Amino acid sequence: GKLQTVKSPLTTTGEELTSFQDITHYNNFYEFGVNKSDPAQNAGALPTRPWAIKISGLVKTPKTFDIDDLLKLRPLEDRTYRFRCVEAWSMVIPWVGYSFSELIKQVEPLSSAKYVEFTSYFNAKIEKWWPESTIQWPYKEGLRMDEAMNPLTLLTLGLYDDVLPNQDGAPVRIIVPWKYGFKSAKSIVGIKFVDKQPATTWNDMAANEYGFYSNVNPNVDHPRWSQKTERVIGKPFYAQRRNTLLFNGYGDFVASMYNGMDLRKYY
Amino acid sequence: MSKIALILLKTLTWICCLIPLAILVQGSITNNLGPDPTAQIEFATGHTALNLLVISLAITPLRQLWSRLSWLIKFRRLFGLFAIFYASIHLLAYVGLYAYFDPHTILDDIAKRRFITVGVAAWLLLVPLAITSTTGWIRRLGGKRWNQLHKLVYIAVCLGLLHYWWQVKSGVLTPLWITLIMAALFLARPILTWWKKQKGRTAQAA
Repeated sequence: GKLQTVKSPLTTTGEELTSFQDITHYNNFYEFGVNKSDPAQNAGALPTRPWAIKISGLVKTPKTFDIDDLLKLRPLEDRTYRFRCVEAWSMVIPWVGYSFSELIKQVEPLSSAKYVEFTSYFNAKIEKWWPESTIQWPYKEGLRMDEAMNPLTLLTLGLYDDVLPNQDGAPVRIIVPWKYGFKSAKSIVGIKFVDKQPATTWNDMAANEYGFYSNVNPNVDHPRWSQKTERVIGKPFYAQRRNTLLFNGYGDFVASMYNGMDLRKYY
Repeated sequence: MSKIALILLKTLTWICCLIPLAILVQGSITNNLGPDPTAQIEFATGHTALNLLVISLAITPLRQLWSRLSWLIKFRRLFGLFAIFYASIHLLAYVGLYAYFDPHTILDDIAKRRFITVGVAAWLLLVPLAITSTTGWIRRLGGKRWNQLHKLVYIAVCLGLLHYWWQVKSGVLTPLWITLIMAALFLARPILTWWKKQKGRTAQAA
């Protein structure tokens, strides 16, 4: 059903939204097939209810949250963000959710917690398309603690004022708008607070192509293509190109977290 | 095969070979190439070029297997030329839609990105084959030398497949099927030649 949302001061304004059709039919969700159109066809099998996220690790109060608890925990905000894939395409997406930091507060992390590790749902019987790649499932992603606490990092429960479609990572995912899309884990079942940088799926597959940080950066090329420009999804082929912005245009909110870090080394 | 049947079949082959292009042209006009038309044009033309190379390489083994199909040779040049036609659109689409006609970007990509290096190399190898595909050139070079030159297609195909594998993300197995088919076609030639020799020998012995 439709979700009640409030406007957010953190929303991106003045950009044309990508259509619902394109947001839901151009997906990377390899558990449901490696082609962009596969998840829309196959992700219907994902059992999104009941659903629980188990929060564990270096926290004072480990808890498990049901999806209905998450939908009620905070007012749901309408937050439009630019979305930049490492494959050099981009969308503008009206997500629904609230800052991930609100959920973090509920479990009171210990001061020893330096990183957050996300684990996505995986069931080989349901996600039958996983053998189309050699990836080790379940999908894992991670953020540094300050990145996770940044107000832009969105615990995402919906899109276009409705619950998340399965192919977009239902029923709950993370969205980190200044990083390449693969950092934003879908269909999350586990959140663990840890003291060391966690292993993450694409970094394990090819560390030279997918760094742990993977901040959107037009000055650091992917080995196989330039990241200077991007293809805007939904435009005709002669009007797709636009310049990529450092931190995907969110530098004012996030650049200070990387002060003194060599972004070429920590790409 | 009768002359009329041949003309009909050639017309049909032309139409089939032009369908992928027609889809792209129609899709470009109606803005109906899916969410990422640039990537779609690039993928469809590359994929069609490789598929047509598979078909052209399948003709010799098929003729070796069934002598009744020997007329297939009349279609090999057509498939080969359509393969380089699509490979050329593929290259042109890269030059226009990815490199924005900037020579600096193109040279940089060829030098730095191995999947582009081998892709361009594969296309360059196909060019002399297209030029010498005419009957006049076969006569001028002589059958033997012409055959030797056109063995370059094997290298071009290998480079084309490498280009595909190096383009997809590590761990993604999409190019596996066409690679297996190509490998089977490569192996079919020596195996079929050996098998024919054996057959000849047993026939002689009898």
